[in-house]
Amino acid sequence: MKRIVRGFYAIAEAVRLCRPNVICAYPITPQTEIVENLAEMYANGELDAEYITAESEFAAASIVLGASAAGARVFTATSSQGLLLMTEVLFNAAGMRLPIVMVVANRSVSAPLSIWNDHQDSMTVRDAGIIQMHAESNQEAHDLIPLAYKVAEDKRVLLPFILNVDGFKLTHAYEPVDLLSQEVVDSFLPPYDPVVKLSTEKPVAMGCYAPPPYYMEFRVAMEHAMERAKKVMEEVFKEWSEIIGRDYGLHVSAEYCEDAEVVAIAMGSLVGLVRDVVEEMRKEGKKVGLLKIRTFRPFPAEEVREALKNANKVIIFERSLSIGSEPPVTLEVKSALFGHSSPEIHSVVIGLGGRDIPREQIVKVISEVYEGKVKPGKRYEGVKEFEEVIP
Amino acid sequence: MGRMKLYIGASNPPKTTQMKTGDWGTEWAFVDEEKCIGCGRCVKFCPEPCIELVEKDGNKIAKVDHDYCKGCGICESVCPVNAIKMETKEIYKVEVC
Repeated sequence: MKRIVRGFYAIAEAVRLCRPNVICAYPITPQTEIVENLAEMYANGELDAEYITAESEFAAASIVLGASAAGARVFTATSSQGLLLMTEVLFNAAGMRLPIVMVVANRSVSAPLSIWNDHQDSMTVRDAGIIQMHAESNQEAHDLIPLAYKVAEDKRVLLPFILNVDGFKLTHAYEPVDLLSQEVVDSFLPPYDPVVKLSTEKPVAMGCYAPPPYYMEFRVAMEHAMERAKKVMEEVFKEWSEIIGRDYGLHVSAEYCEDAEVVAIAMGSLVGLVRDVVEEMRKEGKKVGLLKIRTFRPFPAEEVREALKNANKVIIFERSLSIGSEPPVTLEVKSALFGHSSPEIHSVVIGLGGRDIPREQIVKVISEVYEGKVKPGKRYEGVKEFEEVIP
Repeated sequence: MGRMKLYIGASNPPKTTQMKTGDWGTEWAFVDEEKCIGCGRCVKFCPEPCIELVEKDGNKIAKVDHDYCKGCGICESVCPVNAIKMETKEIYKVEVC
């Protein structure tokens, strides 16, 4: 059923259809209305779950960790500083192999305080052992929620799953969304069947102390699980797209890349704008392509390599920084290409802290690279000239 | 515009008079001056605080500063004589099809 809904509702409704047992979150802009919608569904009797209010994000993450360890299907959501506060718990959740599904409504990090969108928050947990995907639209976010549970709970995987949605740009946006039905979700997603759980009948301790002779193997096992997740996700992508009739591709979506001289890479809601520009330039006969990265963890290195094999120049639109090094997606792409091909890499940092990304700016960046007017390397687009002064 | 001056560590001195926050919300509070009894309850409850009592024709009435009203609607809910109404700003009056 197609309805015009906001991103919050599209996500909350998908979570409701997955029949979670425990929902716990702490409010933070721009995530808040996702769990507010769930709270409303709970209050109206449409959601048969425990809805727990927490005193902080640290507590919220800890509560879903405990509930998940007890065998519950859980959901939480956060943004920015909230994710930073959850971080300690999330590393534990991944190490304890708990299939927690959460939504991060991507927002910049402080200081200076900003509530607006970029990807700096989710990048801080890229090494935690959590699967991460980025949704381009609210429809995609809606469709990815049941998939997230299916992948995270797969016995070959058992890792937490973060679905990234751009704060405000998706969460607050009204969009026609074809909402899934309960029958469809039920047919796809079986009830959660934990391999190990806290119980008085068969007592276990989870996340225990591993001294040096044991620790390393546990972490390597997580790495193996993440590698298996890549294949499991491909299976599940195919199965789900056949059921719902919407095919977003697999870990990446390479569009017009086959003969492209310049390929632009983007993640999240920016993809739509870049696609629009690429399609227009194609009509003008310019050989440009788009590589949409959907899965950030496990990073789809082979797919990226394959999509870029004919490209002379690559533009990476970065929505985050790794201060002191190159931006995160650039590092991944360079690492994927190393020893295979060596196109010019243009790492373009853009739209931090909700700085508007006008269409003309994307046109300018791609055109300049296409015409060879700029040198490769890292640069910042849309930054004013500034100097630091003492008040 | 010349070079932008950034106070190190985002330590800008307060400049509330230049940071008008009244454009944040989708609604503004409007006071019906006929109904208002000048009790001042909205003034106490306004979290911004952007309502003050002013003299008009010898009576006290509430006045909302739309430069700072974020449209939370608390004044509307606490007004004992329903003299305050929240109204959608012109730019948000769009037809959703």
